[in-house]
Amino acid sequence: MNIVVCVKQIPDPAAPQSLDASHNLDRSGKLILDEADTYGVEMALQLVDKAGGGDVTVVSMGSASDVAGIRNALAMGATKAVIVSDDALRGSDALTTAKVLAGVIGRDMPDLVLCATESSDGYTGTLPVQLAELLKLPSITFAKSVSVESGSVKVERQTEAGYDEVSAPLPCVVSVTAGVVEPRYASFKGIMAAKSKPLETLSVADLGLDGQVGPAGARQSIVDVVAAEARQGGEKYVDEGDGAAKIVAFLESIKVL
Amino acid sequence: MSIASLWIVAEPGAGSFTSTTLELLTHARSLTSSLSVVTWNEGASLAAQAGEYGASTLYDVGSLDGALPGAPVAAAIAALVASKGAPDAILIPNSYDGRDIAGRLSARLDRPVLTNATGLVDDGALTTEHPVFGGAQIVHARFSGAGPGLVVVRAKSFAGEPSGGSSPVVESAPAGDLGASGASRILTTHVEEREGPKLEEAPVVVSGGRGLGEASKYALIEELAKLLNGAAGASRAIVDAGWVPYSHQVGQTGKTVKPTVYIACGISGATQHMVGMKGSKNIVAVNKDADAPIFQIADLGIVGDVNQVLPALIDALRARG
Repeated sequence: MNIVVCVKQIPDPAAPQSLDASHNLDRSGKLILDEADTYGVEMALQLVDKAGGGDVTVVSMGSASDVAGIRNALAMGATKAVIVSDDALRGSDALTTAKVLAGVIGRDMPDLVLCATESSDGYTGTLPVQLAELLKLPSITFAKSVSVESGSVKVERQTEAGYDEVSAPLPCVVSVTAGVVEPRYASFKGIMAAKSKPLETLSVADLGLDGQVGPAGARQSIVDVVAAEARQGGEKYVDEGDGAAKIVAFLESIKVL
Repeated sequence: MSIASLWIVAEPGAGSFTSTTLELLTHARSLTSSLSVVTWNEGASLAAQAGEYGASTLYDVGSLDGALPGAPVAAAIAALVASKGAPDAILIPNSYDGRDIAGRLSARLDRPVLTNATGLVDDGALTTEHPVFGGAQIVHARFSGAGPGLVVVRAKSFAGEPSGGSSPVVESAPAGDLGASGASRILTTHVEEREGPKLEEAPVVVSGGRGLGEASKYALIEELAKLLNGAAGASRAIVDAGWVPYSHQVGQTGKTVKPTVYIACGISGATQHMVGMKGSKNIVAVNKDADAPIFQIADLGIVGDVNQVLPALIDALRARG
């Protein structure tokens, strides 16, 4: 069984974030593999293992000058990686990203495409389904467990009230929630092996998408960015055994008690 | 009004459209005089409610026969756009199915989609508001080119109130044959039972985070919530760690809550979390780290160990009876 996992390298969420002059997220600092994507990589490795073999291909769009995050996915055990990198893609929206990823995935259709439910930087959260629609595949989003048997995928899909058991024939696009599996740490052997694993870099022209992508394709514009009305902090006390009493008094003052 | 018409993806729930749907209808009717809804499954039986909230037309996709709504509802809307002409925008509730419909529709119509909107303003054209960086800044965005604009709107962005309108005209809007794209089928539905009020509706929400130390300590959160007739919530960190189900999660990826009081216990206040609870009327935070960002928005902050403060608080509330 062959599985493609869509991943994204993002600015470290723990570091301060800002928008650049074009209102795009500043991506000039160090990039890391989005933690949300490590669950998909782990899930793919486990499913391929269970199926008795196959390739796990990591597909990404973004800068190819810093590929430490992609190498991390390879070090976890992915077979190979494809990264689409092109200045023309700066400022792309989710649909454009989906077109680019669909261009790569459609070259050699896998049995299963795994994505995170949303990236931790842009969190648009529509890419998995946009990808499925472009590839004309079924999709199941918000998977909290995934199993594959006899040509179909069965998923426990998160709902407002609990979960639904949902099934779809392969090939299919599935987005997985964090916590679906415990991502492994790359072993030293894995890190060494990742250095020689194939990492293909493609341009927009390689995919035949010239003129269809990039900011020109992002048919929405940011009017402005303003500071939100700040919420003022109130009183802060160090607990000296009286913390609970202070909370009770506060709840009384707002008539919750 | 410069906005000629708006369509709303109306998500059917048990005996009512979802609250986010009703909030969207309420706000949308102040932006345009031509408001339509697209619904499916039991949605058509709720036509009167759509009318009460201002819709003049209801497009009924019909029964989905167990299919996930994303593909068929998007196909039906794309067909409506082709036959009726595009509205200025299609507004979609931010929910599991809403996001699926938005994504499918975006690819079908080849139109971008703006998500996580918390405001919609008529500024000569439809302008959307999106909080970024945990709500520290607001991005205002607008669509360019031919309609429709696709906007996914977060829960509780607006108040929901009926206007007493009459029942809408109901028109059938079938999805047609979808092939493989529509092949996902719901086999069974499981409801996770919860005690007490719903997280999104509770006047008091008590949430726990990593500062609790271990999964078993979440019982303190549940106990406290129960004593205050509230609901128990959680940060993404402990949901990811498997301590509590996803349905408890408050934040960007979880639920948006606006209770009378929100009590954050052992939660540092990642931007991810703040987006989902910043609108609370009052915020109480208990955290060991005096520099935790949560204190910047807390009306009352207690710098201390949740495992000491919470048992004391529970005792104090029990003593009150």
